[in-house]
Amino acid sequence: MSFRIASSPHQHNQKTTSQLMLWVVIAALPAIAVQSYLFGYGVLVQLLLAIVTAWASEALVLMLRDKTILPRLKDHSALVTAVLLAVSIPAYAPWWLVVIGTAFAIIMVKQLYGGLGFNLFNPAMAAYVLLLIAFPVQMTQWLPPTALQQHALGPLDAVCAVMSQASCQGISLEQLRQGVDGMTMATPLDTARTDLMMGLTLPESYEKPLFQGGVGVGWFWLNLAWLAGGLLLLQQGVIQWRIPVSVLGSLALCSLIAWSVNPDTNFSPLFQLFSGASMLAAFFIATDPVSASTTARGRIYYGVLIGVLVFVIRSFGGYPDAFAFAVLLANMAVPLIDYYTRPRTYGHKAVKGRQ
Amino acid sequence: MQSLLEQVAAEQLWRFPGGVHPPTRKAELSKKPIASLPLPDKLYIPLRQHIGVAGHCLVQKGDHVMKGQPLTMADNSMSVPVHAPTSGLILAVTEHTSPHPSALPEPCIVLEPDGLDEWRERAPLHYSQCSTEQLLERIQQSGIAGMGGAGFPTHLKSAVQQQVELLIINGVECEPYISADDALMQEQADTIVQGIEILCHILEPKAVLIAIEDDKPAAISAMQSACHGRQPWFIRSVPTKYPSGGEKQLIQLLTGQEVPAGRRPIDIGMMMFNVGTSFAVAQAVLHDIPLVSRIVTVAGDTLQHPQNVLAPIGTPVSDLLHFCGFQPERPQRVIMGGPMMGFTLPDLSVPVIKTTNCILAPTQQELPAAGEEMDCIRCTACAEACPASLLPQQLLWFSKAKDTEKLDEYNLFDCIECGACAYVCPSEIPLVQYYRVAKAEIREQQREALKAEQAKARFEARQARLEAEKLERQRRNEQLAVERAAKQSANAPDAVAAALARVKSQQQQTPADLEAIKAERERKKQLARERQAEKTEAPANAASATDPRQAAIAAALARAKAKKQAAASDSEQVHPQQNQPEQTATKPAETAAASEASDPRQAAIAAALARAKAKKQAAASASDTGQTEQEQAKPAETEAEQATQTAAEPADTVKAEPAPDPRKAAIAAAIARAKAKKQAEATPASEKTGPEEAKPEQADAASASAAQTEATEQPSDPRKAAIAAAIARAKAKKLKETEPK
Repeated sequence: MSFRIASSPHQHNQKTTSQLMLWVVIAALPAIAVQSYLFGYGVLVQLLLAIVTAWASEALVLMLRDKTILPRLKDHSALVTAVLLAVSIPAYAPWWLVVIGTAFAIIMVKQLYGGLGFNLFNPAMAAYVLLLIAFPVQMTQWLPPTALQQHALGPLDAVCAVMSQASCQGISLEQLRQGVDGMTMATPLDTARTDLMMGLTLPESYEKPLFQGGVGVGWFWLNLAWLAGGLLLLQQGVIQWRIPVSVLGSLALCSLIAWSVNPDTNFSPLFQLFSGASMLAAFFIATDPVSASTTARGRIYYGVLIGVLVFVIRSFGGYPDAFAFAVLLANMAVPLIDYYTRPRTYGHKAVKGRQ
Repeated sequence: MQSLLEQVAAEQLWRFPGGVHPPTRKAELSKKPIASLPLPDKLYIPLRQHIGVAGHCLVQKGDHVMKGQPLTMADNSMSVPVHAPTSGLILAVTEHTSPHPSALPEPCIVLEPDGLDEWRERAPLHYSQCSTEQLLERIQQSGIAGMGGAGFPTHLKSAVQQQVELLIINGVECEPYISADDALMQEQADTIVQGIEILCHILEPKAVLIAIEDDKPAAISAMQSACHGRQPWFIRSVPTKYPSGGEKQLIQLLTGQEVPAGRRPIDIGMMMFNVGTSFAVAQAVLHDIPLVSRIVTVAGDTLQHPQNVLAPIGTPVSDLLHFCGFQPERPQRVIMGGPMMGFTLPDLSVPVIKTTNCILAPTQQELPAAGEEMDCIRCTACAEACPASLLPQQLLWFSKAKDTEKLDEYNLFDCIECGACAYVCPSEIPLVQYYRVAKAEIREQQREALKAEQAKARFEARQARLEAEKLERQRRNEQLAVERAAKQSANAPDAVAAALARVKSQQQQTPADLEAIKAERERKKQLARERQAEKTEAPANAASATDPRQAAIAAALARAKAKKQAAASDSEQVHPQQNQPEQTATKPAETAAASEASDPRQAAIAAALARAKAKKQAAASASDTGQTEQEQAKPAETEAEQATQTAAEPADTVKAEPAPDPRKAAIAAAIARAKAKKQAEATPASEKTGPEEAKPEQADAASASAAQTEATEQPSDPRKAAIAAAIARAKAKKLKETEPK
C-alpha cells in the first residue's frame, strides 16, 4: 500500500487565489450593471475587449516565458486587471484604446516584472496613466449619463460607437456627448474644476444639470454600487479594512478641512467620496495585494498617502481624476513603508535592524 | 495597577495576534469513552522518545521482561529511560522506522507480549513526605517527558532554581481532531489534579492556572469539580483558536506577557505542563507506574470507529488503525499528530511513542491534498494568521533567495511552525516547509562557520606554537654558541694543535698523489704519441711484436660480450660500469670493465667509441664507409669494408700498445664480425637493443686497451672513470629514447 507523504499543515482553509480574484470580479458586477444602465452599454463592450486582450496577452507572454498557461489564466488575475481598466476608461472610447491599455498592463506592467505577485505597480492604473498621457482626448471623453443624453444608444449602437466612434445610425460621438441642453459635457469632477477655473463658485457650478444635490448625476449611484461591492469584499475577507478606510478617511478629512475653510472653492467631502473613481479605487484598486503595502500599519500609511495625494491632485492638479497617479506614487513608496512598519515579533522588544 | 495574580484572579484574558479557526472536528470523539487496545502482537519501543539522549540499553534478545521494567538506563540528566509496556520477550534490539518526519530507522527494542501483563514490583511514594530530589528522581526514572508534543524531559524542566509564580496546566489542545487530553480530563480529572499537587509540591508556585479551550465543556466541568476548593487554583476557559495551545501563545493569552526571544517561560516566572504530563507524574509517584501507555486520538473518515484509545507505547500504528476499523483509500495519507503540525507516515509499522497524541487517517475529501503551489500575491493572509507577528511572505521571499541575513533580521527562528500561514495561503504555498528548509540550511551554515572558526583557531595556535618553538631553538642555539665559544677560548692551544696536525697529514699525503698524477701524465702523453703514430702509419706495416696473451684476452672478452648480447636483455647491462668496480667484478664481461676503470683517458675514449657505435646502429643503414672508426657490429657492411675497418678498429682500441699487431687485430676483427652477425640474428629488433649493445662493446674496447696496462695501475683514478661511464650511460639512454621515433 502506498502512503502519500506531505508536509504539515495537512489542512487548508480552501480559499485560493483564483477564488479571491473571482470574488473581486463578482463584487464588481453591481457597479458594472449600474454603469451600463446609467452610462450606456459601452462599458460592456469595453469589458469584452479588455478581457479578450488580457487573456491573449497573458497567454502569449506565458508561452514565451515557457510557463504553464491554463493554471495561470485560471488564477483570474488578468481578468481582474481587465475589468478594472475597462470600467475606468470612457464607455465609448475607441476600441484600440482599451486594447493598447490592457496589453500594456499585462505585458509590460505585470509579466515583464515576473508575472503575478512580482509587479511593483498596479497594472490597471499604470495602463490608465499611460493612456491618459498618450491619448488625453480619448481618455476624457465621458458621455453624460443616459438620463441627460440627447440620443439614446442601444447595445448594438454601443458596439458601433466603440468600433467606429459613431452609432449605427451614424450619429458621431461628438454629437452624442452633447447633453439635452445642447452643451458638451464632461465628468462632474471635470466640469466643476473647469468652472472653478473660470471663476465660478462651486454652488454655481452645482446648478448645472450634471449635478444634483451637490453630487454628480449618475456618479453618485455608481460610487454607491462600488461601495456595495467593496463591502462584499470586506465581508468575504478578500480585502481588509485598513486600506479602504484609510484612503476614504484621509480623503474625507482633507476635503472636510478644506471645505470648512472655503466651501465655495473646495469640494465637499461627500462630493469627493462619491465622484470619479473614489469608491472603485478605495476598495478595488488600492487594495490590490501585489502592489500594496503588506504590513498592517503600512497599509494605513499607504491608504492615507493615496487619500492625501488624491485630494492634492484633485484640488491643485490638472487631471480630471487623481487615483491612478496617487496609487502609482503610493506603489513606489511601498518598499519603504513595508520596511519601516514591520511588526514587532513575539518576544522581541523592538524591530531588528531599526533603532 | 493590579498585580498579575490579581488580574488572573479577576479572570482577565488577553489575546495573541493571528491564529486561525480550522474546523475542530472534535465533538463526536470527545463524547466517547477511552477505549483500551488489546495487546498488540509486537511492540516496537524506540530507545529515544524525548528531546535529549537515549538511555543505555539494558536488555538483549531473548530476555524476558516484566511490565514496567526499565529497558534503558538514564545515565545522565538529559536522558529518561523507556519501560516495558507489558511483560514479554525481547525479540530483538534493532533499527526500526522512527516516528519522526524523516522516518529514518532508529534503534528500537522489539517486545513480544506474553499476554500475562505481569508487573514488576512497585514502590508507591507519599509525595508529601518526599524531598524534591526524590520526586524528580522518580519522575526521571519513570521516563516522563512532555506529553504535549515536544517531549522535553519533565524532571529537567522542573529542576529550576527560580521562583515559579504561575504554574500553568495546558489542557487547551487546540489542534483539530485531537481530543486525547479532553478525554483524559473527562475521565481522569482527579489523577490529573493529584499530579498538579505533586508538581506544586516540587515547584511551590504562587498560583495554578488550568487552561482549557471553551469547546471542551465536559472537561472544564470535570476539572472544576476535581479542583474544587483548592486555592489559589484557577480554571480558565479560553476561546477556541489555533494555536492557543502553543506554550508562548498560551502564556500571552493568559497573562499578557511574552517570553523574551531565546528565553524560557521560567525566566518570567512561569512554568507550563500538559495535563497528560501531570497525569503521568501522578501515576509515577503515587502508583509507581512509569510512562508505558498513553491516550491516542485515532481519527479520520477512513475509520469506522474513530475514538480515543489507550495504547501501550510501542504499538504499531497499523494495530491502532485496524482496531478502529480502517478502510484505506488509495493513496492513503496517515498522519501522526494533528492536521496542522503532524507528519505523514511512510508505513504503518511506526510505533506510538510518548509524544504521539493523534493518528489521523483522513479521506481525500475530508482533508484534500494541497493543490499546486502558485505565486505569492502578497495578500498577507499569512501575516495576519501568524501568532508570532512575523511576515511570512517576506520570509518566503528571503528563504527562496537564501538571504540568511534578512531571514535573521525578520526573525525566522521565532517561527513556531504552527502552520497557520500555510493554512490560509491562497496560493497554497507550503510556507512552513520553506522555513524548515531555510532553518536547516542556516543551522548547517552556522555549524560550518563554527568549524571554520575552530579550524582557524587551531591553525593560529599551531602557527604561534611553531613560532615560539623557533624562537626557543634560536635562543638555545645562541646560548650554545656562546657556551661553545667560551669553551673554545678555554682550550685554544689544543684546537690550534689539532688544526696543525690536520694540515701536516694533508701535506704528507700530497707527495704520493703528485707522483700518481705525474705518472698519469706520462702515460697520457705516450698515448697521444701512439695515436699519432697510428694515424700516420698503415695498419699493415705495424710493428711485429706480437702479444698472444693480449689477443687471447681480447678474444675472450669478445666472446663474453657476444654471449651477453645474445641474452639481449638484463638491466645490469644498462649499468655495466658501476662507480664501484668491485660490484661489477663478479660478472665476466665486466671484469674487463673493471679494469677499464683503471685508465680514465682510455675509458673516455672507449665511451666515445661506444657512443659512435650506438649512433651508427641506430642509423642502421647507409653509414659512412670512409670513417676509420667504423664499428664492427654493422651487419650491412661489406666484407672488404669490414676487413679494413675491423683492422683499423682494434688498432684503435689497443692504442695503448706501442706496437699493434695486425694479426692479432685481424683475429679480433674476425671474432667481432662473427659476434656482430650473431647479434644481428639474435636480436631482430636491433635498434632497440642498440644502446644496450653499446656498452658491452665499449667495455670490450676499453678492456682490450686496459688489458695491457697492468693491474698495478688500476687504482689510479676511479672517479674519472666513473664520470666517463655515467656520460656514456646517459648518452645511451638518450639514444634509446630517441630511437622509437
